[in-house]
Amino acid sequence: MSHTITAEPEEKQSSHTRRMTLNMGPQHPSTHGVLRVVLELDGESIFKATPDIGFLHTGIEKQCEALNWHQVITLTDRVDYLANLSNNLCYSLAVEKLLQMEIPPKAQYLRVLLAELTRINSHLVWLGTHALDIGAMTVFFLCFREREDILRLFEMFSGQRLMTSYIRIGGLALEPPRGWEKRVKTFIDGLPSKIDEYESLLNTNPIWLKRTKGVGKISVEEMLEIGLTGPCIRGAGIPFDARKMTPYSSYEKFQFEVPTSTDNDVYARYECRVREMRESAKIVQQAMAGMPEGPVQADAPKAVLPERERMKTQMESLIYHFKIVTEGISVPVGEVFQVVESPRGELGYYVVSDGTAKPLRVHMRTPSFGNLQGLPNMIESRGIADSIAIMGSLDFVLGDCDR
Amino acid sequence: MDFLLVSIIKMLIIAPALLATLAYIVWVERKVIAHVQLRVGPYFVGPHGLLQPIADAVKLLTKEDFIPSGVNHFFYWLAPWLGLMFAVTGIAVIPFGPVVEIFGVKTNLGLADLNIGLLWILGLAGMGVYGIALAGWSSNNKYALLGGLRSSAQMISYELPMALALAAPLLLSNSLNLREVVTTQEGFVFGFIPNWNLFTGFQIVGFVAYMMCGFAETNRIPFDLPEAENELVAGFHSEYSSMKFAAFFMAEYCNMVIVCSVATALFLGGWHPIVPEAISPLVPTALFALFGVTLLYHGMNPGRPSDRKTFPVFGVIMLAIAAVFMAPYIGPIVTPLFWFLGKVGFLLFFFIWVRATLPRFRYDQLMKIAWLFLFPVSLINLLLTAFGVTFFGK
Repeated sequence: MSHTITAEPEEKQSSHTRRMTLNMGPQHPSTHGVLRVVLELDGESIFKATPDIGFLHTGIEKQCEALNWHQVITLTDRVDYLANLSNNLCYSLAVEKLLQMEIPPKAQYLRVLLAELTRINSHLVWLGTHALDIGAMTVFFLCFREREDILRLFEMFSGQRLMTSYIRIGGLALEPPRGWEKRVKTFIDGLPSKIDEYESLLNTNPIWLKRTKGVGKISVEEMLEIGLTGPCIRGAGIPFDARKMTPYSSYEKFQFEVPTSTDNDVYARYECRVREMRESAKIVQQAMAGMPEGPVQADAPKAVLPERERMKTQMESLIYHFKIVTEGISVPVGEVFQVVESPRGELGYYVVSDGTAKPLRVHMRTPSFGNLQGLPNMIESRGIADSIAIMGSLDFVLGDCDR
Repeated sequence: MDFLLVSIIKMLIIAPALLATLAYIVWVERKVIAHVQLRVGPYFVGPHGLLQPIADAVKLLTKEDFIPSGVNHFFYWLAPWLGLMFAVTGIAVIPFGPVVEIFGVKTNLGLADLNIGLLWILGLAGMGVYGIALAGWSSNNKYALLGGLRSSAQMISYELPMALALAAPLLLSNSLNLREVVTTQEGFVFGFIPNWNLFTGFQIVGFVAYMMCGFAETNRIPFDLPEAENELVAGFHSEYSSMKFAAFFMAEYCNMVIVCSVATALFLGGWHPIVPEAISPLVPTALFALFGVTLLYHGMNPGRPSDRKTFPVFGVIMLAIAAVFMAPYIGPIVTPLFWFLGKVGFLLFFFIWVRATLPRFRYDQLMKIAWLFLFPVSLINLLLTAFGVTFFGK
């Protein structure tokens, strides 16, 4: 998709002079970042749409090759800035698979808890901006009220609101802070009633239903071919969810449903995401209830930084600390593809190691890129207003798309 | 000579009052929407942001007036002032109150007493589309062009059901003069139902249809397609800045005031109170007095340190206003004004409330509502009213 867009040849242009080419984006308020869509319009209806991505290309995949294994974590935050912990988790799981490392159960549960909070966070931002795109202003502020609570929780855990880098190779960066249970519990117990509040503004609103139902349909075969995942494919009736298909980080111990809908339109995606938020809240509650005791970092001195206290008192720990900080860790030769379910869909990290302190290749299979491929087919022959609703329903993050 | 002098005085009062009202409607809108959305709104310029409109005006006046390349200069300059002119002129025929005597001069509260008042309003509404369409066409921007196109189609479609909805109360009053329409709505039926066209004329359907058209005419959510910022960036005024932008902004709010005033005059009995005439001045007195006492009480027990200074001042002002309604000469003049402005204010609040709540329609849905719902409904309403007037009289 990142090919350059060239003007049409002269003779072809003259044959349909009624059409107007509209360059939507990259600084359009509703393209969610810096997506550029070249629209060929016939009146208000879109005849042809060509998305042009790459305005937020940061070269993160290439940068990963220049940093050592631990330092890459900080870049994964910046890939998808609304699902930072999912990216942390996916990369850590991939490297841990190469290291064949066993993660303590408490760390696994906390990872699940944080990944689900990330999902709620991302869906809240999506719901707010999506409703705003369609014109319902107030939902945006209600969603951001709850999102603020989640960001405060992240700050409490990691000291950072967005670029958390909290999930590390071998476990977590820090012990969870004192009093976190109470804060998380207060938030998660209150969340379902808050979701009811959003739904009361939208679910029975005839304008909302008119704008979302029956809009943005493409066939399921096409979706599978292009590679749409996450709530987009679940809204088409396929219960495809990496948490159920290839459980990781002890997701198999949790009871939750994968919400699906068969309508395959903007409303179905909305419905799936809202129900997913409720399921995520349940998962967080289960993780809180069944939280095991124990350490939050694996017992792997060659790969995990030692505790500060031990480093100061034990010679061996000091040596490991020095080696990890100066040289980095060495990961056995091999390649691995790890998949997690990010809020946007299937997130995969393909990590290759040549045995040195830096990864040879880190490739990200990001859900936004796949989901964006469905855009032209969905918006062609529809109006500009629908294109905005459809773009919102695909829930892409351009940082995630361009890397 | 007398007429000329009185008219000039009235103009000198109404024009600045209208402009100040427009500025403060923006403040009210920002405050109301902010409180719906868990925010506080403007807060820092003056007490509770009360000087924000003035700050905005200064900002817009001193801003660079940027003109993009390739615009059609004549129409680009003309469009905003055309829009504002047609919006503001509408206020001339709105009757604010009955005939009163001030300093021995008998005059009616309102600028002009036009015998074709309603036609004047409808004509101006029809012309108002030129400002928007020309702005969209002349500013050499594809988004603006689409916005202009949308608004032309929208405003022309909605004028038809709007005129039909307005025709029904005219049948009841048998006049095009807004003042006479209001005068016929005086009094009460069975002693407690106000003799408004909305109630005794059975115009509830017509009122709702008119208000829906009003939303479309003023380009407000859920019909704000010409300036849908999420679709068309800023629609027809994408390329306008400084005072030219302010002109569009004022025109939109002025149109809102006109639409609400016409609804008040035609359906809600104009300046006639909802309570019996005898106790009508008591209502505003009680309301303002209650407000003033509440402010004084909170000034004595302040929640914030600054409230100790601001609240008593506003409390005393409110009590003074309350006293004005009971005063011998001014009271009978301001009481009808209170009722009229109160009804207009309520309708304006409704506009703002809707903006905070509803999403936006799509273009084809908008057209469908106009032609397949509002048009037949107002037509049937007009027919029924006509039959009613013929067989039962008013």
